[in-house]
Amino acid sequence: MKFRAKINDVGCLNHFTRVLNTITKLTKTCVLRLTVDNVYFVLSGKVANGGVSMWCELLQVNFFDEYQLEGVSSEANEICLEVAPENLSRALKTAQNAKSVKIKLTKKHCPCLTLAAELPSLSSIGRIVTHDIPVDIIPRRLWHDFKEPTMPDFDVSIYLPPLKTMKSVVDRMKNLSNYLVVEANLNGEMNLKIETDLVSVTTHFRDLGNPPWGDNAVQSQSRDVETMAHARVDIRKLQQFLMGQQVNPNKSMCNSALYIWICIQEGSYFLLHADIVDKRIIHLILLQEDVSLQYFIPAVA
Amino acid sequence: MPLSTQSQSGNDEYILVASLDNARNLSNILKAISFKDHAIFNVTQNGLKVTIEDSKCLQANAFIQADIFQEFTLKEDVVGFQVNLTVLLDCLTIFGGSTVPGVNTALRMCYNGYGYPLTLFLEEGGVVTVCKINTQEPEELIDFDFCSTNVTNKVILQSDSLKEAFSELDMTSEVLQLTMSPSHPYFRLSTFGNSGNAHYDYPKDSDMMELFQCTKTQTNRYKMSLLKPSTKALALSCKVSVRTDGRGFLSLQYLVRNDDGQICFVEYYCCPDEEVESNE
Repeated sequence: MKFRAKINDVGCLNHFTRVLNTITKLTKTCVLRLTVDNVYFVLSGKVANGGVSMWCELLQVNFFDEYQLEGVSSEANEICLEVAPENLSRALKTAQNAKSVKIKLTKKHCPCLTLAAELPSLSSIGRIVTHDIPVDIIPRRLWHDFKEPTMPDFDVSIYLPPLKTMKSVVDRMKNLSNYLVVEANLNGEMNLKIETDLVSVTTHFRDLGNPPWGDNAVQSQSRDVETMAHARVDIRKLQQFLMGQQVNPNKSMCNSALYIWICIQEGSYFLLHADIVDKRIIHLILLQEDVSLQYFIPAVA
Repeated sequence: MPLSTQSQSGNDEYILVASLDNARNLSNILKAISFKDHAIFNVTQNGLKVTIEDSKCLQANAFIQADIFQEFTLKEDVVGFQVNLTVLLDCLTIFGGSTVPGVNTALRMCYNGYGYPLTLFLEEGGVVTVCKINTQEPEELIDFDFCSTNVTNKVILQSDSLKEAFSELDMTSEVLQLTMSPSHPYFRLSTFGNSGNAHYDYPKDSDMMELFQCTKTQTNRYKMSLLKPSTKALALSCKVSVRTDGRGFLSLQYLVRNDDGQICFVEYYCCPDEEVESNE
């Protein structure tokens, strides 16, 4: 098994770091799956981690200038490692302004991912900072747990409104009720509703816009634009999702556009947080009434 | 859906419609009396009176006159109902409690009469929230029978002076003792806590004293737990009038200016805790 890769571009490095920072917030440990074309961060939904599952797929060529992989065997040309993403984040933090970062699979006292960052310096010889991050090699017989999940069907998808407003409303609604109903239609309209013995509150958002899915469309073309699809969610989980979003969606940020939208299938819904222009990573978060928070992150083809 | 369209279609049904361009002109003053859940609304042509009571010994009232509202239409002489104030405040501040200059939440408050919910239409930045809060039959309010003819002692103070004292009050003291007298110490707040006794004296010729009319030396004690919530009203106010009557009942009246500089009042009535010798 061999793996070595190198990032030379500071933009790619920053982006890789941001992805890792997001993953660090989601989970303490995850599986790093390395293939010839892709780097995946995977967490399979198990009771132990509260049912959370996560799939993050990065197209290797978009990040690494050099990439060499020799997997477990020629038919199974992949490597699966269990790693604590926080260790990677921390190491990348010291590499913030690095001229280059090399990542290599090594064996010290245990298998490690060794990160070597060449930092700029005034003299001709750059400083090199090395981190050895311990990892566990995952045997092939367990690889079936980390297969690519399928994208669920949905009835309606719609862009989220400015998060600040949505956060305020959801924060107040949380004082009044445990559950919230989200409904949306293909006319860019979304409502958040709560109803208890004491009070009912409905917030109406308009002119939100619906994402164009094109060839990937799985929603019914013949659906009436005014008909609302609705789903009921635990408010605390929605609040958790909103708190994790740092920036305003649907705005350009440097070279990549950031979009957040929600897909509703009658009875359940999932929220998509997408950073899609350059690097093609889509974060998708699935929230259901009876299942604890699931993070579900497939890539767009 | 703009609020104005709603009013045209729905106005005929409601017996009360009150509108504000800035919902904070209602929510801020209600926060000053929000120490209990149940609030009794009493609406007349003069405006809104919201009352909260505690253990039959304390009553707080907030008055928002009709002319504070941009629209105030009442189809009956008197309308009364009870709502959960905490829920009402969460609804009034649905778009967030922070004050961003220039950005206001507009409010239209509507009520259909007995058995109907209190309906709020709130709008900020094109987003509309509709709240329907269940109402109950208003509980009978205590009549403290406090009238100006029985007032023995009265002072009007600038709130700033009292704010400092109230923020420093020894909370380990079960009572707050108030002494008002035509002679020294004139106006004194006292506490008796674990760390000892503390006195705050306000001489009658102090800058902070706008009015001093004390006819008789009186010392009364009031439960600290009952008066502590009045600190919220004090914090909002610029002036406060303190009056006691022959029975030792206390009336605190706070003059509050809202965001637009308009004046509203909050008053607290409190029963004395026990009889105290008047020249203690």
